Amino acid sequence: MPLWLFIFLGVLAIIAAFGVILQRSPVHCLLALAFALVDIGALFIGLGAVTVGFLQIIIYVGAIMILFLFVIWLLNLQAETDLGGHLALKFFGAIAAAALVAELFVMFLSAPATDSSRAVPTGYGSIESLARVLFSDYLIAFEVTSLLLLAAVVGSVALARRMPSVSRTERVTNEASKNLGSARP
Amino acid sequence: MTPIGYFMALSAILFAIGVAGVLVRRNVIVMFMSIELMLNAVNLAFVALGRSVGSMDGQVIVFFVMTVAAAEAAVGLAIIIALFRNRETVNVDELNLLHW
Amino acid sequence: MTTELLIGAIKAIVILVLVLNLTAVLLWFERKGSALIQDRIGANRAAIFGIGRRLGLPNLGLVNTLLADSVKLFTKEDFVPEGADRFLHGLAPFLALFPVLVTFAVVPIGDVLKIGSHAINLQAADLNVSALYVLAVLGVGVYGVALGGWASNSRWSLLGGIRASAQMISYELAMGLAIIAVVITYGTLDLQEICKIQGGVWFGWLPRWGILVQPVSFFLLLTAGMAESKRVPFDLPEGESELVAGYFTEYSGGKQAVFMMTDFAEVVLTSVLVTLFFFGGWQVPWLYREGFHFPGPHGAFLALPNWTVAILQIIAFWAKTVIFCCLQILVRWTLPRFRYDQLMRFGWKGLVPLGLLNLVATAFVVVAVGAKY
Repeated sequence: MPLWLFIFLGVLAIIAAFGVILQRSPVHCLLALAFALVDIGALFIGLGAVTVGFLQIIIYVGAIMILFLFVIWLLNLQAETDLGGHLALKFFGAIAAAALVAELFVMFLSAPATDSSRAVPTGYGSIESLARVLFSDYLIAFEVTSLLLLAAVVGSVALARRMPSVSRTERVTNEASKNLGSARP
Repeated sequence: MTPIGYFMALSAILFAIGVAGVLVRRNVIVMFMSIELMLNAVNLAFVALGRSVGSMDGQVIVFFVMTVAAAEAAVGLAIIIALFRNRETVNVDELNLLHW
Repeated sequence: MTTELLIGAIKAIVILVLVLNLTAVLLWFERKGSALIQDRIGANRAAIFGIGRRLGLPNLGLVNTLLADSVKLFTKEDFVPEGADRFLHGLAPFLALFPVLVTFAVVPIGDVLKIGSHAINLQAADLNVSALYVLAVLGVGVYGVALGGWASNSRWSLLGGIRASAQMISYELAMGLAIIAVVITYGTLDLQEICKIQGGVWFGWLPRWGILVQPVSFFLLLTAGMAESKRVPFDLPEGESELVAGYFTEYSGGKQAVFMMTDFAEVVLTSVLVTLFFFGGWQVPWLYREGFHFPGPHGAFLALPNWTVAILQIIAFWAKTVIFCCLQILVRWTLPRFRYDQLMRFGWKGLVPLGLLNLVATAFVVVAVGAKY
């Protein structure tokens, strides 16, 4: 991946990430996050992981972010007046993040420099090679993930539905007794 | 051409920004979005490292992380909806029933 | 290197210009076509300096639709409602249009055009996962609609936006299932490869078009594509009688023009996808790279130069696309609108199980037959 392209995409991703944590309105944060995710998808594609890059855009930007948007609408969240907690929290949060970055930088930039244009096997990142590894080495994880998704679907529907204040039997009984009272011959 | 270390550095920066978001913001949905940002930073690290070794394992792990993140987002948002219905707030500072 | 870049840029510009022109012509088609179907005259008043009035040219409505309407739309006052989010209100139309136009980057309009020493693949961007790209970009198309509805600070827009985005993500699933079944049949994600595989004949005379192998997917893709573009019978998000204009109520002038362009660009996109997957794309029956091989006992062979073949292929592609665009316009003015719950039920309980069954059946047949298509 050419360096100028990486720097361009990287700077955009960092600006978008700052947008996520600094915007007042949740919808603006969401848009910034969607932009950052598309940017990271582009970085994936640049690294040769073409399938995973497009899957990132389909799954994350096309589905998960829309889910977030729906929830923001459902809860009718407005733009916030003050950002974040008290001042000490913001201060120490920033220091913690900076310390984390410094530590990780020291670790990564001292690793041996591998070029990202190193030769890879043909068909690297294509859907065939992904499927081959997925269905042979990681088959159990694949099957378990499908169970996980089923559990997530059932769980989220069960958690998010409205619980009526009156139970179902009570409602049916009330309806029936109303009709009985006014029954015509 | 870009060395893999640069990708790791970008991943580290994005991760740290996500951490800052989780620590600083008080709106639970924005905290959730920062967590998604952290997950994606890690995905980037996985793909970059997979590329540097030349193996597909990095991408397979990213595939699974994406799936799990989707499931977790669905369940997490359902929890937030249930929470909002009961407490009428999404500010984590006001979710203090267990406070002494 | 620069020639490659230049060729790529020219291809992109040509395809984009073709698509945008077809979009504009479709608008005229829709107005006059709907007038024909509904036994009325349609737009026929505008003329330029009275030219052609005696010849009856204004009756064609061309000046009206292609010139007067466009000028009117782009010179109208562009307002942002009070309390609306200015940035998102301005961004939303373009966020809706961009993904639809960008999808055309991977659409192949012909086989190979040889100019001098260059063999130009008539596809703006040569991706080997183009079907995945199409799905990814269509997913991003939901944002423009959703944000347009929300950013207008009006309850009709918000309702229309929510309905539209829920509808779009539901029918994206059916579309994805249809495309996956086609991909399993052909064994490749590359759109140009899928078109090439549809060359050749069966039994000596029947072109190997995809509709004969995947009729259910054809129905799924056509229906889901029409639902994605929110056209009747799925147009409750912009239901004129219920929601004023749905998610683009508060838009006027240029931004509304962009939203309408999105509508017609998606019509073209659905037609293009159906053509590519099920009707051979740019394949003309019995036309190969070196010329026509007619079927039959005599089997006449007509040799043609490469540029003639390319032009025939391009014309065939756009002719098939226009036929499906007309089909969609016909359906729009024939069927009544679905109610919203009927729409969602049809998508989730009708199309998705059908798509899954089709997928399983396709997988069985492909494994049973053995080799790739």
